Amino acid sequence: MSIWEYANPKKFIATTTPLVPWVLGVAIACLVVGLVWGFFLTPDDFRQGSTVKIIYLHVPAALMAINAWFMMLAMSLIWLVRRHHVSALAARAAAPVGIVMTLIALITGAIWGQPMWGTWWAWDPRLTSFLILFLFYLGYMALWEAIEDPDTAADLTSVLCIVGSVFAVLSRYAVNFWNQGLHQGTSIPVATGERTISDVFFVPLLICMVGFGLLFLALVLIRTQTEIRVRRIRALEIRMRS
Amino acid sequence: MIPDLGNYAVEVMSAYVLSILLLVAIVAVSLRRGRKVRGQLVKIEARKESANV
Amino acid sequence: MIALLRRDLSLAVRAGGGFGLGLAFFLIIVVLVPFGVGPEAAVLSRIAPGILWVAALLAALLSLDRIFALNFEDGTLPLLATSPLPLEGVALIKGVAHWITTGLPLTLAAPAFGFLLNLDPSAYVWLLASLALGTPALSMIGTFGAALTVGLRRGGLLMSLLVLPLYVPTLIFGAETVRRGALGLDAITPLLMLAGITLGSFALLPFATSSALRVNLK
Repeated sequence: MSIWEYANPKKFIATTTPLVPWVLGVAIACLVVGLVWGFFLTPDDFRQGSTVKIIYLHVPAALMAINAWFMMLAMSLIWLVRRHHVSALAARAAAPVGIVMTLIALITGAIWGQPMWGTWWAWDPRLTSFLILFLFYLGYMALWEAIEDPDTAADLTSVLCIVGSVFAVLSRYAVNFWNQGLHQGTSIPVATGERTISDVFFVPLLICMVGFGLLFLALVLIRTQTEIRVRRIRALEIRMRS
Repeated sequence: MIPDLGNYAVEVMSAYVLSILLLVAIVAVSLRRGRKVRGQLVKIEARKESANV
Repeated sequence: MIALLRRDLSLAVRAGGGFGLGLAFFLIIVVLVPFGVGPEAAVLSRIAPGILWVAALLAALLSLDRIFALNFEDGTLPLLATSPLPLEGVALIKGVAHWITTGLPLTLAAPAFGFLLNLDPSAYVWLLASLALGTPALSMIGTFGAALTVGLRRGGLLMSLLVLPLYVPTLIFGAETVRRGALGLDAITPLLMLAGITLGSFALLPFATSSALRVNLK
């Protein structure tokens, strides 16, 4: 029987291993159902034509891009206060998933805006905010990579995540302020809260949001397990060398 | 099979293809790394066991 | 605390301290821009606020790794940490010292560079005000970034990657102040936001900075 250094990580892996296939499976099922429904079975929008179909990718991805960062923030705080290694590793695990979500949000957002603005990229406040978020993710991941000692890295990246969150929110307001001078007309309409969206569009969108959320959860569980094992390997290597 | 996307076929298709590719990529990378690390752990724990014996 | 400030300032001004470097860099960028975008006066006038602010930002960035480098190299950083002076105070002083040696000269020199870039006459007062209020924030945020990467060899590039996104709000409000001032629009709002960022930075970032320093000193 292997002896783990900390009971917590072992319990985490034991508890989550049977869950992962289910979460991943349901996530993929939701995505397939949601995207197929949205792509094939919904009508075009009066103003935007078939580009409205991009909503089923853009909105869920954008939501997860932000939620992933908040999850990392929560995990960072838990690490700093309670020193549970699993939470630090979970934050590290979530970052690549979050950055992929951000990338999808950026790409789909830019493509969606193309017919409206005539260019493949426009400095729309929302898109620009996601571009800044992308940079925050990059910095966070780079800092993890740069620091050798894992606990030091966990501490520093946690502090960075907290400070970064404050500035990310600040940037959101700054960017809105920065772009209000340009009378651009509508930025990319987002379903949630900005306009009433009929059920025809909403239900597949909801399914896609659930799918993206579950996919994020599955990936974080898988990646956190991997991080725990990497940590364990490192500990064993050090112990065996001495 | 593909619905009539009108003028925006390129945009919509590229958005879907790129996004799905990215999702597949992150899932594949995560699973592959997970499998590789699991293998490494098994190997190093075996070494530890035999060293203890 | 004042002693620490005085020591850092004298170190910076001495030969090899890099005192004029930031200013020289500022000048170089300002000179390079017309070569890049063409000498047309109207174009330069339009982009001058942004160029001046970006140049100030980059010049501030240039000297960030020096903030803790000397202390780290000669081993005085742990001494600072265990001194009766609270580490948060040390962080604050480091930020102030960086501003005095970098931000302040930049602010004073900026009007001359604005002249080179054909900055609109009505914008000069806003240029001074925005830089005076905003460069301290750049220094304090930069101090935080320097503390994060203090232990790393060649941490400079990583530090830039970490610090530049943090600079975005300051840059936006700073440049907007000057831009709107040049156009005769209301420039008080962004200026006030800028002041808010600076005050907030000096109130909160010393704590984050000292946490990072403590972690790196373990």
